[in-house]
Parts: sequence; structure tokens; C-alpha cells
Amino acid sequence: MIFRLAIASLFARALTVGMTVLAIALSVALFLGVEKVRTGAKASFADTISGTDLIVGARSGSVQLLLYSVFRIGNATNNVTWESYQDIAARPDVEWIVPISLGDSHRQFRVMGTSSAFFEHYKYRQGRSLAVADGVLMDDLFDTVIGADVAATLGYSVDDPIVVAHGLASFTEHKDQPFRVSGILEKTGTPVDRTVIVSMEAIEAIHVDWQSGAQMPGQSTPVEVIRQMDLTPKAVTAALVGVESPLQTFALQRAINEYRQEPLLAILPGVALQELWGIVGIAETALLAVSAMVVVTALIGMMATIFSSLNERRREMAIFRAMGARPATILSMLVFEAMVMAAVGALFGLLFLYLGLIIAQPILDSAFGMWLPIDAPTLREFWVIVAVVCAGAIVSLVPALRAYRMSVADGMMVKT
Amino acid sequence: MMGAVLELSDIGYRWPGRAAFSLTVPDLTVQRGESVLLLGESGSGKSTLLSLICGTILPDRGTVRIAGTEVSKLSARARDRFRAEQIGVIFQQFNLLPFGSVTDNILLPLRFAPQRRKRAGDGAAEAVKLCTALGLPKDIIQAKATTLSVGQQQRVAVARALIGQPPLIIADEPTSALDADSQTAFLDLLFAQTAKHQTALLMVSHDPRLGDRFDRVIRMEDIAVIERAAA
Repeated sequence: MIFRLAIASLFARALTVGMTVLAIALSVALFLGVEKVRTGAKASFADTISGTDLIVGARSGSVQLLLYSVFRIGNATNNVTWESYQDIAARPDVEWIVPISLGDSHRQFRVMGTSSAFFEHYKYRQGRSLAVADGVLMDDLFDTVIGADVAATLGYSVDDPIVVAHGLASFTEHKDQPFRVSGILEKTGTPVDRTVIVSMEAIEAIHVDWQSGAQMPGQSTPVEVIRQMDLTPKAVTAALVGVESPLQTFALQRAINEYRQEPLLAILPGVALQELWGIVGIAETALLAVSAMVVVTALIGMMATIFSSLNERRREMAIFRAMGARPATILSMLVFEAMVMAAVGALFGLLFLYLGLIIAQPILDSAFGMWLPIDAPTLREFWVIVAVVCAGAIVSLVPALRAYRMSVADGMMVKT
Repeated sequence: MMGAVLELSDIGYRWPGRAAFSLTVPDLTVQRGESVLLLGESGSGKSTLLSLICGTILPDRGTVRIAGTEVSKLSARARDRFRAEQIGVIFQQFNLLPFGSVTDNILLPLRFAPQRRKRAGDGAAEAVKLCTALGLPKDIIQAKATTLSVGQQQRVAVARALIGQPPLIIADEPTSALDADSQTAFLDLLFAQTAKHQTALLMVSHDPRLGDRFDRVIRMEDIAVIERAAA
């Protein structure tokens, strides 16, 4: 009966109680949302590359190799010679190999030279393949396939001409050899969206008149002549490798790392991603800590609400005391009220989270390629709610103890 | 059956924090079933006296005995329980929990007093019976306390004080918020009930005109001494 009266008392103060519950609900939704985005981002990150067993590049750090080969962040310190590439490709345990050649750019987007095998073997989000949204894959030497973001940002459509710039932030352009957009890829949520893809031969072709990073003055080989030339690449920046059997992955990695002719590095994408995530983890923890602080703030807000209600509830407490309630009963009533507010707040927070997810899921997927799964609440969420209710009880002890002292001092007489 | 339901003897109480301010009550006795009007102006120590009787404060010396039990010897916890069992309290006004229904309010003391609950039997039925006896409309029982008029609220407070038949009812100016007609009606109902249940009534008021309806009228200044030592 006491607890029923406590709940009736909460309803009687619906406005302030509602605001408090709302604050708790929003903070809990934020906390759980950050948690969702965090795991979602991690999953999306891991989804950037799948189906590739090894990434091979010049010897550097594994995170660096992963960043420039998959995420197009940073630069390769060195290339892999075509001979080494051919050596690896010829190994019996290699099922497939895809060359990647980086170094040029178009506007703010990177240009990647590769072979048609890339479209066949590059997989993202648990084995999804790239698909052409508009047009076709490269057909001609000067054809290019562009990612969805490139097309959207620069307003390109199929058959538009584009000029590739040498280097990454350069005013020197390969004007003599303009490309034609042959196809636009579907949105993937991976760095492929921000990549201009050309063939390995095209990379060679635009560098025919270049030596040591500069165009040779006065020299300009006509396009017709270039087309007749031998455009076998001299080097690749990195290569994606698939093995015949997963059991051979480590043996192949070792063999590449111990390759005598050239210092090479082979990495397992999953392991390198873990390493990278370990670095990003600090920011992730900070974000979680901030949202936990928001929950704490909301609970302190609740404490302030209970505090400010104490004076106007003196009469109520005096009635309880006159009827024989102990000060301890008053204390436990206040703690119970706080726990009810915290629990209702946390449950509404969970509700807000799911509403938010339903609204945000398609937006986040198309804008950032981040897929947040909508699953049933896990044990983790359950513990978050339990923790909020417990924290609410602890926080409410401060005003409840004050009410305890007040009800001892006031007894059943209130002179107001 | 006669006998004292309330006995105060040689009470001395000093207000905490105000060392030079004290109340002494040499003797105050209320017999079983007796109705006593205690007249006193505000500031005459009435509230303190009621708190001493109800056991929410303890005297520095002397004894408070209710229905044969020495209250000042009980623990704080036992005193709260004892109050719930033995005393019905009616305040001046704002007697009811505004968010509770009339039934909730009437049954509230039973929650803290198991023996009184047993005496009341079917609490809800008893509440209805009391409300009817006190002239409250039948449908009022489930209404929210805030929807009642002041007169109705005071009658609900009487029902709450009477339920489970505690031997003593303490009323602190219960009629001061009522107009003259309502006062008379209220007192008629109150006396009818206390007489029926042989309940002692100690009512505090500053209005001497109520006096002729009580068995006995005592003045605060006759039974108690307040000392205000010069600073």
C-alpha cells in the first residue's frame, strides 16, 4: 500500500517527474546509442574488406599497409616490383591475386589502378561483391569506373571525361590522356565509394612521358602511339591475395615476409584491423565515458528534483509520521520513488534507442555505409538498466537521508 | 471500565537549541472515554505537548503513560508503532494525502498497526461504515482526497482516527478551518462516534465557546508552565 501511495504521489507530480524521467530516458538512449554506434562502426570497419586472406606490400608497418591499401589513408613508402608480384602470383598456394597501384588523384579522390580481378575478388560486408549501378566496367584503356561518392560529389555520369592529376595534391595533370567514365559503382560504405578505378595499364599509360615524378619537357607521346606500346606495369603498390586453402595462409605470409629478393610485408587484414582498432579504442572509450557522464548528470538532476520537492512534501511526511510511519519508512519511500523514476527512464531510454535506430538505420547506411543491426536487447543492455536503477537508488539516498532527518525533527507537526 | 488512558506526570521538556526555553507539565490525566478540551493560545506550547503525547519527542524528565504503557521507555521504532496502535490524530487542516483516495487515507494508520488492523476486521468495509456514519456521500470513498471540500476532508480525517478503535484521539484544532454551522455538525458527528466507541478525546483549541460540549475543559496555563528565561 505504501508503494502504491508512492506511485500515486509520483503521478500527482507528473510534470516534474515526467521531465526527470525524460532526462534519464534521453541520457540512457544516448549511452546505449553510443554503444550501438561504437559496435556498429567497429563492424563496418571490419566489413570494409572480407574474403581477402593476405595484403601484400613493401615492408612497412601492418597498420600503415592496411590504411593505404584498403582505406586509402596515407601513402606507401615503397612499391613492390612487378617481378616480385609475378613470383607471388605464380605460387601454387595463391588462388588469386589482385594488384593495386596508387599515387594519382582526381580532385580530392584517389585513383587506383587495378585489374578486372578486383571486381571479382574484392568483397565487403561479409562477402558482398561490388556492383555497377550505372554503365559497365572498364572496357577501353582510358575507361574508368568511379565510386558512388565520387559520382555524387562531382556530379559525374557515364561517358563524362575526367582528367587525372599526378600525385595526391598536385596541379600537374595528365591532361594529354583524359579518361572516360564507363561505370558508376553502387554505394558500398567502404573507401571504394571514394575511389576512381582505372586499369593497371592506364596507370602506365599516363606516365609514359614522365620520369622521376616529373613530365619530361616538350615530350608528349600521342595517345595512338601509347595504345601500341607495351604497358606492362613496372611496379604495384600493394596486392590482395586469396589462398587456395585457409590452412596455407600463415605459410604463405611467412614465405612472403622472408622473400629474399625484396623486403615485402604480408598481413592478415583481420589482425591488422584489430591492431588499428586498438589505436582508435582510446577515443571510443572516451566517447563512452562522456555518455556515461550524461547519465550521471541526469541522475543528479533527479536528485535535485527530489531535494526541491522535500519542502513542499513536509506536510505529507508529517501525515505519514502521525499515522505511525517510521522515519525509515519515509526514507525507503523516497528511494523507491527514485528507483521507479530511474527504471521507467531507463526503459523509455531503451524505447527511444529502438525508435532512433529504426529512423537512423537507413540514413546511416546510405550516408556513411554504417549498418546498425536492430536486435533484441542483449544482456548488456539489461545490465545497463540495472546499473541505472541502482545508481538512481544510491543518488536518491542523499535527499532521502535529509527527509529522514527532517521527519525526525518535524515529527507530526509542521508549522507552515 | 474506567481508568486513565493518558497520564502525564512531572514532565519537563527543553527545546533543543533554545536552552532558555522550557515546558513543564506537572500533571495531566484523561480518563477512558472522556472528552477533554484543552484551551490555549498559539505559542502556549500546545504543539509541543501533543508531540510529547504522541511520542515523536521525548521529555527530559517525567513520564508519559498511554493506556498503561510508559511511552518514554519505548524505542523510537516501538513508539512509532505504538502511536499507530493507540492514537488517532486529526490535524487542523490538510489532513489527507492529496494523491491518495479516501479509502487509502482512512486505511493508512492500519498499515503501521497490525493489532488495530485486526480490530478493524475488513478495513474497506469498516471505512465505508465510518464514512456513512459521518454523513459522507457513499460514492466519495473512491474519490481523490483533493476533490473533497474542507469539511468533507475533516470528516475523512475523523474516520481515519476512529478506524480500528484506538483508545485515544488527539485533535489539533480540527474545526478552525470550518465555518460555524459546519463546526457544529462536525462536532456532533465526532462526539457521536467517540461516545459509541468509548474513545477518549483530547482536543486542542483556542475557542472557549466549544467548551460546554466537553466533559472537562482545561486551560494550558493551568496545567503547564513555560519558562522564557531572560537572555
